[in-house]
Amino acid sequence: MTKSKTIKPVSTQTTRRGALKTLALGGTAAATLPLWARYAGAQTAAPIKVGFQVHRTGIGAAYGRWYDRTTQAAAALINDQGGINGRPVEIVAEDDGTDPKRGAEVIEKFATQHNCDIGFGTLFSHVVIGSAPRAGELKLPYFVVSEGHHVASGMLNRYTLQPGITDVKSQVQAMAPFVASNLGKKVTMIFPDFAFGHDHRDFFTAAIEAQGGEVLEQIAIPPTETSFTKYFPKIPRDTEVIYHVMVGPAVLTFVKELGEFFGPQRPEIFGFIDSLEAVDIGSPGLEFLEGTYFWEGNPRYAQADQSPYDAFFREKVGVDSNGASVNDPKDVSTYAHMFGCWETLHIVKAGMEAAGYQTTADRAKLIEAVEAMTDLPHSNAHPQGAKVFNGKTHQVFGHQYISKVTDGKLLLVHTTSIEDTYYPDEVDYTTQPL
Amino acid sequence: MDFGPYLMLATLEGAVTAAVLALTASGLALVFGVMRVVNVAHGEFFMLGAVLAWWVTSWFEGAAAFGFAFAILTVPLIVGALAALADVTVLKRLSYDPERTIVATIGILYILQQVTLMTYGPDARPVTPPFNTRLALPWVEMTETGLSLYWPWGLSITSYKLAVIAAATVILLALWIVMTRSKLGLMMRATEQDREMALAFGIPVERVYALVFGLGAGLAALAAVLIVPIQQAHYLMGGDPLLLSFIVVIIGGLGSLPGTVLAALLIGLSDGIISVFFSPTLAKILATLLVALVLVFRPQGLFGARRA
Amino acid sequence: MTADLRKIIGLHGAVLVILFAAQFFLPAYHHGNLARIMVLATYAMGYNLLFGYTGLLSLGHALFFAAGLYGMGLGMTQFGLGAGAAVVLGVVAGAGIGALIGALALRTEGVAFMIVTLMFAQAGYLIILYFGSYTRGDEGFVIQQADRLVAGLDLSDPTVRYFAALSIFYAAFVVLMWVLRSRFGHVLIAIRENEERAMMLGYDVQRYKWGAVVLSAGVSALAGAAYGVLFGYVGASFASVQYSIFPLLWVLLGGAGTMLGPLVGTIFMFYLIDLSSGVTTAYMLIAGIVLVCLTLFAPQGLMGELRNRFWRWLP
Repeated sequence: MTKSKTIKPVSTQTTRRGALKTLALGGTAAATLPLWARYAGAQTAAPIKVGFQVHRTGIGAAYGRWYDRTTQAAAALINDQGGINGRPVEIVAEDDGTDPKRGAEVIEKFATQHNCDIGFGTLFSHVVIGSAPRAGELKLPYFVVSEGHHVASGMLNRYTLQPGITDVKSQVQAMAPFVASNLGKKVTMIFPDFAFGHDHRDFFTAAIEAQGGEVLEQIAIPPTETSFTKYFPKIPRDTEVIYHVMVGPAVLTFVKELGEFFGPQRPEIFGFIDSLEAVDIGSPGLEFLEGTYFWEGNPRYAQADQSPYDAFFREKVGVDSNGASVNDPKDVSTYAHMFGCWETLHIVKAGMEAAGYQTTADRAKLIEAVEAMTDLPHSNAHPQGAKVFNGKTHQVFGHQYISKVTDGKLLLVHTTSIEDTYYPDEVDYTTQPL
Repeated sequence: MDFGPYLMLATLEGAVTAAVLALTASGLALVFGVMRVVNVAHGEFFMLGAVLAWWVTSWFEGAAAFGFAFAILTVPLIVGALAALADVTVLKRLSYDPERTIVATIGILYILQQVTLMTYGPDARPVTPPFNTRLALPWVEMTETGLSLYWPWGLSITSYKLAVIAAATVILLALWIVMTRSKLGLMMRATEQDREMALAFGIPVERVYALVFGLGAGLAALAAVLIVPIQQAHYLMGGDPLLLSFIVVIIGGLGSLPGTVLAALLIGLSDGIISVFFSPTLAKILATLLVALVLVFRPQGLFGARRA
Repeated sequence: MTADLRKIIGLHGAVLVILFAAQFFLPAYHHGNLARIMVLATYAMGYNLLFGYTGLLSLGHALFFAAGLYGMGLGMTQFGLGAGAAVVLGVVAGAGIGALIGALALRTEGVAFMIVTLMFAQAGYLIILYFGSYTRGDEGFVIQQADRLVAGLDLSDPTVRYFAALSIFYAAFVVLMWVLRSRFGHVLIAIRENEERAMMLGYDVQRYKWGAVVLSAGVSALAGAAYGVLFGYVGASFASVQYSIFPLLWVLLGGAGTMLGPLVGTIFMFYLIDLSSGVTTAYMLIAGIVLVCLTLFAPQGLMGELRNRFWRWLP
């Protein structure tokens, strides 16, 4: 698989020069404006308002709480360091109820009521897809932290970007080489019967076939299902690997019943940690997971070779080395996703500084500045790892982690390269008007 | 897996579903039968039962069995008392008008859900079962020497799941005895038959109503306590039991207790078994349409008598 | 009578004029909200025809709203229709499904009717998920801005959108007003008041009810199609149980069986959630308490109470 050439680095030089030119033009324009308007354009102390679309209620609430904590921590850090372009960051949080209709309304509220500079922070795909059209129409830069493939698929618009978290397509296909060479080539997939599960089904099936493996059976579980044992007999006996990616509150039941079904002899098991975000691996019934593998967006347990950036991130957000809240060891974080809020906010800062962002009139310049970004080095701003941003597809690419449950903890066993996660561009948003 | 063992597994799993559903739905049926009230908040009382069970058992860390026993005794009472309070403060004042009680119970549903979210939080939390042993089950096959037993791969159940089925059976029998043999049951049935007449005979109808509403919610809570070691407590878990209980109560003939239990068995078992033959989501679609069509062509329910 | 008629025309005309005029003075945020509210109120009006005027309580109207939404959305993405034709397809789909479901569900009544409609809607929701390769399931899909053109007008433009929402609301309002003042409408109300009497007067009650279901489903589908095309998103959450309960709430709050009730209820509920969510994350708690209080203290809904106390002539 030589996909490394598919993403051409956007010619930073010219675009940056372009941005500078626009900036200079803006400056000249400002000088010719009447005095009151120039003053309004140069207000310095007013905060930069980040409209934070947060899942406080509804099915996403467990994630929303940690997205909120991470975002507040990142904002506090940025403010301690002097804010953005000398202006403090203010997080304007609104609950979207994890509902696309309310999500779109919240975006309108950010743009026209709170007069926010950007919208930010949405996780659930259906809320992103429901909200993005409004963000595009209102020309509100909309930075999502969703890991959905919706941005890179070209379905959305130029004002929607996902620079802080990788998408499901790249995550899934990067798993296939590891699964095929370490766990087995005959795979049975168990996934929820809706769009998120279908993405896994389609992308992984293709990727494992490219590795010479095959998917024996695809077991789609209806949403809102609460008991699972009855589906497990569909698992073919010659299955070498079970690939599971259940989400929602019934996940513990799923894992427990899987364990009870197989008893002492089980095939290899590979899962996406989405199943167990915010869930303690030590919960009763999860003993069965010992020795199984997980994709992790970011290793929940501090590893032996933990980077100083990860330590910094944990300290600032208030997460201990087991991935739980420092105040309550039972309050487990959504560690594999929430770094995305932190990194995205730092991208916003970098983008606004590159664009010389002053007022909401500079929103288009902010988009161009972020599109011009490419390499994002491993740092305090990007504690999950180095990343490469693709300005055309508005999607970031990065390392993926595979961990094994060992003595009740997740131990990192494999880190994919960024190249493993590449696929051909499906859209070029930069051709759309701003 | 071979077909025989598969069917047996699906049946066992279906029986667990049916047991819990029968308890939950008989609570709804009782309320509907006696009070003619559709309690949309019924699922939330189920959810409260599970959440309170988590809360109560968390006091007894290390003594899971004792904590669980304590939960099963106290939680239904707490939830029942809460429901009775809702009856007295809200439903009674609406004179049990069918449409207004639906809206009011939707309001109660939101209140219970949000209060739980604010206090208990959005996480799904597990409760340790008091005992849980995996029991592999045998199956028969034909060999040259005749019938012989073997242990098919994956065919198993846990002791706790069997206990749930047993407990639900006992509770339903007890409920049946209370309804048919006790003075309290007599009062309920009298109120159900004719409210005015019951009043004339000096039955404290208002208190019977509060009691029935509390009992209905208590049954839902009890079902939830039983199931929570298998599933987890989560603040949005009330939706599905509500929908399924509705189905069961309707098919069972609107408020008839034996009909409700039969319908729960039918729905619970078919849910397990249909998914053997069809894609699960398709199975759910077919089952849902089937329920609708049963209602359309047999509005009194499958097991209902010709009641007005 | 004529004095009442004058009052009726005066009040409703004034409301329609205010809705038209509001776009000139409302701030951007509320301008956008009102466009949304008018589409949702159209949905509520469709519901009200069945619930408020015919006395049939459906718990499955999300199916009709979603039929309009998906009829429109799939018409555009799968069949390449233009926005206008796609909306028509959505309405036809909604009315067609309404005709089918109505024919089946009307064999039942009371609680069974509620449950049957609920079940059909639930099946519809699952069908949308099942055909995920066309519908993108729960995630839904975007109607691209470039496709949202009717007669060269860009529906994503705030002014155009407001006018589109206003026209849909006007159209539904006028049609329903006319229907209710016609013989058909009088029979529906007679059915609500006393079905047996209507039957004895020689009306084919079932056919009238069926007509009401089809019309109600068509109006709901129009709202669904409009909602999708105006706000650019089609998703399965609009087919979930919650969206069957919403119109019931809006109508009950505003006053079942009043022409203005659906609009008043929708505005009230929208701003109740919008304002309280700014104050507390427990806004659904506030919504719950308000619901309970309204049923306790204003059981006829806001417009219903007004009618009882002051404006006895209110239709």
